[in-house]
Formats: sequence, structure tokens, C-alpha cells
Amino acid sequence: MRPTRSLRLIFACLGLALALLAGPARAQDIPGLIQSMGEASLRELGGIVEELAATGDSAVAPALEALAEGDLYVNEADGRVVIVTRNRMYDPVTQEEIGPAADADLSRIRINNSLRRDVAAAIGGLTLMSDNPSVRLSAARSMRANPSEENLALLDEALAAETDATVRGAMETAHAVTVLSLADTSIEDKRAAVPVVAQNAGREAITILNSALGSAPDALAADIRSAIAGLEQERAIWAALQNVWFGVSLGSVLLLAAIGLAITFGVMGVINMAHGEMVMLGAYTTFVVQDVIRRNAPELFDYSLAIALPLAFLITALIGIAIERGVIRWLYGRALETLLATWGLSLILQQTVRSIFGPTNRQVGNPSWMSGSFEFYGLAITWNRFWIVIFAIAVFAALLVVLNRTSLGLQMRAVTQNRRMASAMGIRTPFVDAMTFGLGSGIAGLAGVALSQIDNVSPNLGQGYIIDSFMVVVFGGVGNLWGTLVGALTLGVANKFLEPYAGAVLGKILILVLIILFIQRRPRGLFALKGRAVES
Amino acid sequence: MNMKFALGAALAGTLALSMTPAYAQDEPIKVGILHSLSGTMAISETTLKDTMLFLIEQQNAKGGLLGRQLEPVVVDIASDWPLAAEKARELLTVNEVDAVFGCWTSVCRKSVLPVFEELNGLLFYPVQYEGEESQRNVFYTGASPNQQAIPAVDYLRDEEGVERWVLAGTDYVYPQTTNKILEQYLLDAGVAPEDIMINYTPFGHSDWQTIVSEIKAFGSEGKKTAVVSTINGDANVPFYRELANQGIAAEDIPVVAFSVGEEELSGFDTTPLVGHLAAWNYFMSVETPENEEFITAWHEFIGSEDRVTNDPMEAHYIGFNLWVKAVEAAGSTDPDAVIDSIVGLETPNLTGGIATMLPNHHVTKPVLIGEIQDDGQFFVVWETEDLVPGDAWSDFLPESAMLEADWTAPINCGNYNTQTQTCGGSEVASAN
Amino acid sequence: MITQALLRALDKKAIWLVAILLALAVAVPAANLLIPAGQPGHVPTYIVTLFGKYLTYAMLALALDLVWGYCGILSLGHGAFFALGGYAMGMYLMRQIGTRGVYAHPTLPDFMVFLNWRELPWYWQGFDQFWFACLMIVLVPGLLAFVFGFFAFRSRVTGVYLSIITQAMTFALLLAFFRNDMGFGGNNGLTDFKDILGQPVQAATTRGALFAASAIALALSVLVCSMIVNSKLGKVMVAVRDAESRTRFLGYRVEYVKLFAFTVSAIMAGIAGALYVPQVGIINPGEFEPANSIEVVIWTAVGGRGTIVGPIIGAVLVNMGKSYFTGALPELWLFALGALFIFVTLFLPKGIVGLLGQWRDMTARREQAPAAPPPPAQAAVAAERGEDPATLGDVQPKPAE
Repeated sequence: MRPTRSLRLIFACLGLALALLAGPARAQDIPGLIQSMGEASLRELGGIVEELAATGDSAVAPALEALAEGDLYVNEADGRVVIVTRNRMYDPVTQEEIGPAADADLSRIRINNSLRRDVAAAIGGLTLMSDNPSVRLSAARSMRANPSEENLALLDEALAAETDATVRGAMETAHAVTVLSLADTSIEDKRAAVPVVAQNAGREAITILNSALGSAPDALAADIRSAIAGLEQERAIWAALQNVWFGVSLGSVLLLAAIGLAITFGVMGVINMAHGEMVMLGAYTTFVVQDVIRRNAPELFDYSLAIALPLAFLITALIGIAIERGVIRWLYGRALETLLATWGLSLILQQTVRSIFGPTNRQVGNPSWMSGSFEFYGLAITWNRFWIVIFAIAVFAALLVVLNRTSLGLQMRAVTQNRRMASAMGIRTPFVDAMTFGLGSGIAGLAGVALSQIDNVSPNLGQGYIIDSFMVVVFGGVGNLWGTLVGALTLGVANKFLEPYAGAVLGKILILVLIILFIQRRPRGLFALKGRAVES
Repeated sequence: MNMKFALGAALAGTLALSMTPAYAQDEPIKVGILHSLSGTMAISETTLKDTMLFLIEQQNAKGGLLGRQLEPVVVDIASDWPLAAEKARELLTVNEVDAVFGCWTSVCRKSVLPVFEELNGLLFYPVQYEGEESQRNVFYTGASPNQQAIPAVDYLRDEEGVERWVLAGTDYVYPQTTNKILEQYLLDAGVAPEDIMINYTPFGHSDWQTIVSEIKAFGSEGKKTAVVSTINGDANVPFYRELANQGIAAEDIPVVAFSVGEEELSGFDTTPLVGHLAAWNYFMSVETPENEEFITAWHEFIGSEDRVTNDPMEAHYIGFNLWVKAVEAAGSTDPDAVIDSIVGLETPNLTGGIATMLPNHHVTKPVLIGEIQDDGQFFVVWETEDLVPGDAWSDFLPESAMLEADWTAPINCGNYNTQTQTCGGSEVASAN
Repeated sequence: MITQALLRALDKKAIWLVAILLALAVAVPAANLLIPAGQPGHVPTYIVTLFGKYLTYAMLALALDLVWGYCGILSLGHGAFFALGGYAMGMYLMRQIGTRGVYAHPTLPDFMVFLNWRELPWYWQGFDQFWFACLMIVLVPGLLAFVFGFFAFRSRVTGVYLSIITQAMTFALLLAFFRNDMGFGGNNGLTDFKDILGQPVQAATTRGALFAASAIALALSVLVCSMIVNSKLGKVMVAVRDAESRTRFLGYRVEYVKLFAFTVSAIMAGIAGALYVPQVGIINPGEFEPANSIEVVIWTAVGGRGTIVGPIIGAVLVNMGKSYFTGALPELWLFALGALFIFVTLFLPKGIVGLLGQWRDMTARREQAPAAPPPPAQAAVAAERGEDPATLGDVQPKPAE
């Protein structure tokens, strides 16, 4: 049943194309046309793509797709145009395998943006009748993005045959968009299209309606204006929510960067200026892990972060313990001097990394599950930010559990509250000190893995976060993890609400001034510790 | 007493350091390399230091210059600009170098400029910059705005049909000036003021969510939109990541960058960025025999096939070769002789053209527009037919439109006013 | 009263220090200008400028020492006062350029011309007058410190919190001065100076004069600091440092003592900045960098905090090291600096001066002269040092704050 129908459709489509273009389509020329791409300049390529699209033959689709993806090559040995996927060469028309690509001298056929747009439009027209619903869906979407007169007829044809509800919806939207954007469709059609676009075109609806507004006669313009007004009201609410999300996302980054500091600084009283470098080391661990995976087992790339997390934690925790044993333990009770020593450490760590890995940025990739974005009602949420928020919450929760529910956590709290008494109770205070500092550093390493996904991995990575981290901890109240959480989120959201009005630079200055003023009101932060331990 | 001892010893020590042996004809010619090897700018500048060492080694292998070997003197300015001035002074007076290659940022150049002027040294500055300057002792081998920004905007308008513009940059003088020039240029070309959005961010800005979504909103109002990015170094990786993740494809809103080259792109996976653009005077992917030879030799020198080459490296290549030719032509390394002989000299650049030192101490360059590829390289989609001469004073700023720089007789002036036919009134210029 | 204070201030150490500085102020420029180059004893201009810069750094370190070493306020934002003084001087120097700028605009500095500013902003008015610039050099950092300190000390923001908010202050100023819209030249800052008081900035005589001015200013700062720390107020400052609550309970207005020290220190830093700018030829927002302020803390710690000589020695030595390493061993500079910080905090809590004192104590003990009273200079050192209780006793871990 299905094959015959699609065959029929293809013929119908072909006929239509032939009728529309008065015969320039010469099916027998397809291999020749594709072959001619091998020698063509960018400008000539544009013409060839146009001609290929005009054939209306779906057999050219694979070659065009390959061209868009950068998989279309010329074999320099015989001048033949081939498609290369997974290291094998294929014929661009018949899809027959030609041989392995490894030892052939191939050069890619390159295209530019405008050509890429043309190719996408051409593919849309050619694949609208595909058997695969997801191909049809993407064809409908690309038609929506490239409205043209020919598409309208194709869409009408395809809509009549479509059974899948999602694809149908996409086609209807594409149809409505096309009707609106073409000059010579009737006003009635256009008026009918307005609500469809307003409803279904999502975040781009306003764009499409706005561009239709320019040439619209009065009757239509009124329709469009009211549709836009409705959409804009809705969008304003979503924009505010979007801003909250941006703030939460920024806050989660601050939280990750600051939470390790909340332990070393807040709980132990050590002003660890090398904290940022622990974050950096975590990020470099991610780089090393990804580098090894890229070289040896590229298929594991999506798991690279899962491998990097425990490694980063271990490495930075060990370095942290070494620092505590080697330097910090001689300085307890001299908080301000730990600042100097750890600042020195941070310089050494930076320069060490610079000598080992070089001063330039190192490449850390997003695994596929952290790339792109999704829409949640009116919110556009990028996957990497989403996972970082989740990760920050998880780290925070895990840390609470460690501090409040494990014996190590109990000992840590005991030692920081009253060292002598804890020692008298048989707690090995030096061990606990080392473990606490190790924990704080390890968490900084975890933060580094997360930050490697959104920021540069360079020796300067840590420097960018150290001041912000201190602000968060001081603002939230030293020695209080909840304070750090609230502090980070408050600063993140406040920053994002100031940014659109004041600009990024002034927004940041305002936040700093607000923190300074806030500290005057509450000299010990948002959640101040009470009791005798405070006076030191 | 301790104090006296300490200070005395200190003074004596530094004095001893500064006593250099007398100048002799057989001694090597010293070349100063003034780049940041630590601090925030090390990320870009360390490669340039290596480039200079590489060029000097190559020249020495060819038998040196005037029969003498070249000796590099490397100093670290540690991204600290007053220190740059101190180090420049040290290079010129203590080490007595004959030429200095260095600086990346404008503030570094501004900081050392009075020193080169006072001590009559030579500085070759290899980075694209905002223009509005021409100094007798400085040679600008990077691009001026008319060799980068304006052709890029022309390309977007003519080839991509862009009608709306986002000018996004880091808040410092290069983006500010470039954007001022571009804004005026676009307004002159009939773009409505509401179709231009200008946005500045601090150095090292890492949270681009708001700005990218603003760009997205600005670009979704019906007219074809492009972003002209003068975002500096470190902030680019998070910016492009956010662009990719928020799904801004090059086909919808192309971004053309003036500060993003092969080196910056080596920091991340460029697959989602394919099609975004950069305008430079050199790309590593350009296929010319000179370039291939340069890349091979560079890989051999640095000991890694992974290292990329970029535009400022080519600028140092051009600057160094022009200096070598000028010294050969003058038969001496004396700065005044070099300044006189270098104007008009030509040397092949790496993209198949010829770099000529112009009287305004800028060079001729081709302008190339490249699209980012998935391997972190650029594919040249457009280039100027002729070489573009560097213009020190922009024609699109009212204050500088009538100014010209010409360091040859009889004008001999960095800011010559073509209307009043006088040299801008600068005492320094007339003293020279 | 003042003569008395001055006499008390002029203990042996301070006299020596002031005398040496004044001698340098005369000798170095003279050796530069009078002895022709190439002859023994000639000091090259390069060295004059370099050491002039070190002297202004020493003054900054001394200013920090007054609040940190004597009053227990660890300011991580002293670079801000230094930079503000520098900017005030820079604005004066910019106005002196006059029509010699590249656009030959009579009043506007070049950066304002090409960013299309039409007229001079109000806060640039008056800076063409030297006296006004001098007033601002003192007033701007002093006022900022006074206002900032007034609020911070009144709300009893202490210890780490104070350090962090001073850091926030300098960071906020850094971002603000980076903005081109502020009208301070953005990242490029102020540069390309021509004249100071009618003399060309680059002339050897001017450089010599600036060196002399820096040395004299430092000598005066030493006098002022010595006067303060040897007065009754100075004793209260030390008391505040060692036991703030106890001092308050004794009836002293701790916040005013701190405010006084902080403001005086900021003014000193501002003057140091003003002398620094014409010698290095540029002032840009990089001076506000929090890392710079931390470096000042290091100089002070290396030399020995809580002493007058210490910060001066520390600033000069560390900066000489920096000058040497960045030229001779650029790759190792950060390693050396980092290691120095760690070494000093771990092994030399009292800095180089403390080490010298220790060494002298040891030799004195070995000489076995129990009957002889300690030499007055040493007593002064001990009194001056005031023994920070935190650094006394064992190095066993103690309860964290």
C-alpha cells in the first residue's frame, strides 16, 4: 500500500515540477550535474544546486544533503564526486559503495552560508514526500524557514496525504507561513493563516507576523496587529521567567564555584586564594580525559564527563590534602596569612599548568546530551545550563548529607567548633583538617568539570571566579552552606535582572556596590552564625 | 643601617646589571621580543614570542643579517602595562636591541609608545587595531579598520543581504572605535538607526545567556540580521558556546568576528559554528606555496603538528622580513636609516600577495572572509581583488577624515592635516 | 606639641631612614645629571626612573603597613587609592598636552575626540591647574577612604569581611574605569604625557626631579608614620590590632582610630600614585586589579609588617626581583614570586626585618653580655613591632576563627 502511494506522489510531484518549470528538468543529467560540482566555483555551485532542485527528483536529495553536511568530496585521483560517510565512499546518485575513503586523496566541496540556505530549501522540497516521518518533519520545517511559491503547491499536495499529526501540524504551519510571506496569495487565505502562525510558530511567530505586516492591506493589518499584541503580552511574561532562569543558571555556576570555598573558607577559616586554581585543575582533568578518549575510544565521548567527575574530585582532593599538610596546617589561626600563602600557591599552580599544557585554550567538547536547547513552554533552555543547575543542586545536597549525616561530617563540625575539646574526645584533628580541606578542594574540582562546559579551559580559568566566589560566601554568611546557596542564587538572579537595564558592566558594578552596602547592614552576611564562636 | 646596606646593595646590583659591554661590529644584532608570557594576555601572545624565535632562527640559518647573527632578547611584560613601558626602556637602553617586535593590546602599544619615541627605537606591532595613530617609530603590520571591518560589513550586506546589525564588543578602545566607524559607515549607507544595536561587555565575560537571547530577539524581527563581533579573546569561547546551544545557526544570524582566529577556535569543537565568519588578512587554510612552507617549518620548529598559525603570526612574518630588507637596504641597523629605507619596500605575504610598507607605516594587505569549518579552520568565501592599503586615519570619523600620515619627506608627519596643509601641531612631529 | 611629636618620631631608626632617603634624593639625580655617561659613578636614566618607581611602591607599601601592620586592618584594596591618586595626576598631565594631541584639540584629550565627545565632562574641569590636581590627589582617595571606612568601621565590619569588601571596592572601580563611557580613557587609560609644570616629562632633569620628589615624599611618609606610631594614638592603634574588643571596652572609640589610620593611609597611597604616573608614563585601570593590591600586601609581609623599614625594603626587593626575572628568566617569574609568598608566610612571619632582628638577638645572646642593657635601637624595634599575639607561640593548629 504505502510504497505505491509514495511512488504515485513522487510522480505527481515530478509532474508538477515539470509543469511548473516548463521542462528544464532533465533526469538523465543528474549524474552529470552532480559530477560538475567537483570543479565548480562557489557561484557556479549555486547555479548547479538550483538546477538540481529544479529536477524535482528525490534522487538528488542524498547528494544535496551530503553537500550541506560537508560530506561531499572530490576524489582527486579520478576527479569523481563521492559521498563519504563513516570512512567509506559512496556514489552520490546510486548510493553504491565505491570503497574505503582512508587511502583516497579527497578534497571536500565547500559551501558558504547562502548556498547552505539554498540547499536546505531544495532538500525540503525534495524530501517532503519521504517515507520517514522525521524526514518529512524536518522538510516541513525547512520549508517554513524558506517560503517560496513552488513550496505552496508541494505543501498542498503533501498535506492531502499526510497522516502523522505532528508532521501535519508542521506542514500546516509551513503552509500558513508561506501564505503570509508571499505577495500574491489572497487576503482571505492570509487572514486564515494569521491565527495558525500565531498559535504554532512558537518563538518565531512575531517575526513572521511582523514581516507580513509591512505589505499588508488594512483589513489584514488589523488582524496581524491584534495577533502580535496578544503574542507580545504572553512573551513579556515568558521573558521575565526566562530572566529568572538565566539568573538561576548563573547562580548555579556561582554556587558551584563558591561551595568548595564555603567549606575551606566558611568552615575552616582558611582564605584559600588557590581555590580558583582547583577549579581550573578540575577543568584540565576533563580536558585530559576527553583527549585520551578522543585518541583511543571516540565512541565513549558521551561518557567523558562521567569519567572526569570522579577523577577530577580525586586529583584536586589529593592536591588539596597535600597543600593542607604542606602549607596550611602551619597557619591555622592566622586566617589573613593563609591568604598570602595560598595566593603564592595559586601563582605556582597557574604557571605549572601553563608550562605543561601551554598558555592557550584547550579544547573541551560538550557531549551530545549537553548540546543544543529545548523549549519548555515559552522558555528556551540550553541543555548544558540545565544539567549544570541539576549538577549544582546534586553537589549541594551531597555535601549537606556528608556534613550532617556521616561521621566524618560530624568530626569536621566538631573540630571547627572546638578543636581542643574534639581532640580530647579522641578525634584525630590533623586528619580531619586534611579531609575537610581535601573535600573543599575536591568539590572545586567538580565545579571545574562543570565550568569546562561553558567557559575557556585556560590557566586563567580560576582567576575569573575567585572574586565572585568570595562575594557569594561573604554575602551568604561565612560558615553556613544554606547561606551560600541563597547568596549564589540571589546574586545570580539580581545580576540577570540588572543586566538588561544597566548593561553587563554596570550591572556587575552595581552588584558589587550592593554587596558592600549589604555588608554594612549585616557585617556577617545573610545567615550569620550566632554565639561565641563568632567573636574571634 | 640595614636599610642603607640593602638599598646600597640593590643600587649597586642593578648598576652592575646595566653596565653592558661596549658595542662591537662582530657582535650579534639584538632583536627585542616584548610579549606577555604570563597573565591574561599570555594566551595570545606566547605564540607570537615563539613565532619571533622561529623567524630569527630561520634568518640565522640563512646566514644572519649583514653577516652578523641575530640574537633574540625575550622579556615578559606579564600583562602589566606600566611594566611594558619599563621593559621597553630596558630593551632599548640596557640590552641595546636594534628592533623590537611586540605588544598585542592597544594599551600595551600606547604604554610603550612614548618610550620608543624618546629613545628612538623601532617597534613592529603585529595585531589588528583601531587605527587613529601613526608614529614615526612604530610599524603597524596588523590590519587597520579599513582592512578588516569595512570589507566584512560590505560582504555581509552584499552577499548575505544583511539589513540589521548587532555590533557586539568588549568594552575597550578597539571595539569602541571600530564600532564607531562601522556605525557611521552603515548610517551613511542608509541603514536606519533602529536597525543597529550596539552592545558592550566586560573583559572575560562568561555569562552570555542574556545577550545571546537579546541578539536572537533582535534578529527575529523580520529583517536579515548579522552580528559584527569585536569580542576579545577569552570571552569568545563562552560566547560561541552559548550561540551554538541557543541554536543560532550561521544561516539565520551569521556572526562575523574580527578577533577570532585559528588560535581562539582551537579551544573548542566548532561543529555547531560552521558558517559563522571571520575577517582577517590571513588564514591558515590558504593554499599557497609560501604558506605551506611556513606551516611546515613552523610545525617542525614548535615540535607539534597540532599548532595552528594565525593572522598576527603572519603580521610578524611580514614585519620581520620588511625589517630585514630595510636593514639590508640601509646597510645598518640604525633606527633612522631603517625608518628612511623601509618605506616602499615589498615582501611577499603568505597569501600570495605582496606586503608593501606604506609611508604611513601601515602595510598593504588582502582582506579575506572565511567561514568557520568543523575542523577549526576557515574556508575563504570571499577576498578583495586588490590589496588594500592600511589607512591610519579613518575616513568615517569626522575628526580624522582630513588627517593623513606620511613619514617621508617633505611631509614627515603622523597627523598631517590635508585641509590646512600643516602637521597636526604636534611638537614631536615637527622636532623630527 | 608638634615639635615634641616630631622629636619623639625621630628615633634613631627613623632619622637614619630619613637621612638616607634625603641623601638619595640629592645623590642619585646628581650622579645621573652631573657625571657624564660612561664614567664610573654615572647612574643611567633608566635606573633613575626604575628606582623612582620603586620608591613610590615603597610609599604604597608603607601606607598599607600603617593600617595592616599597626592597626590590624588588612586592606585588599589599597591599589585603588594608589590608582585614584594616579588618575588625578594623569588628568592634570592630559590637560597639559593642550593642542599637541594628535587631533590638536585645545581642551579635549585624544580619546575623547575620537569617541565623539563634544565637551569636557564636569569632573575634568579644573585639572589644568596643578594646585587643583594636587588637592584632588589628596582629596579623592582620602574622601573615598573616609566614607568607606566610616560605614565599614561603624558597622564593625572586621577581619576577613573587611578584606573582602575592600577587594570588592577595588574590583568595582576596576570595572568602572574600564568603561569607556566613564571618560577616563577606558582600558587604554591616560598616556602620552608631555609636560609637568612646564617641564617635558621625558627630560632627564624632570626624571631626576621626580625621583627626588619621590624620595622626599617617602621620607615625609616615614616621618608621618613614625610620628603616628610613636604617639599615644599609635599605641591605641596597636591595641586595636591586638585586641579590638578589649580596647573598645576600655572606652576607646575604636572606629575613629581605625578611620583615622585608614584615611591617612589612603592619602599616602594617593600621593604615591600621583608620583608614580609621570615616571611610568601611563595610568590605566589595570592598577585597580585586585591582584595588584594583594601584591602590595606581599611586599609588606616580605619586608616585615608592623615596622617602618620593613615595607620599604620589601617593596624595593620584590620589585627588583620582578624587574630581574621578567627580563632574565621570564618563565620562572611566577614560580619565584609564588614560592616567595609561601616561604615568607611559613618561615618569616615577621619578614626580612624580623629575620635580621632574630639574627641580632642570637648573636647578642652568643656574646653573653647579660649585664649590658639592650641597645636602644633594638628596644625600639621590639616596641615598634608590638608582637602580634597570633604569631606568637607554637605553630600547632589552633581553632579556626
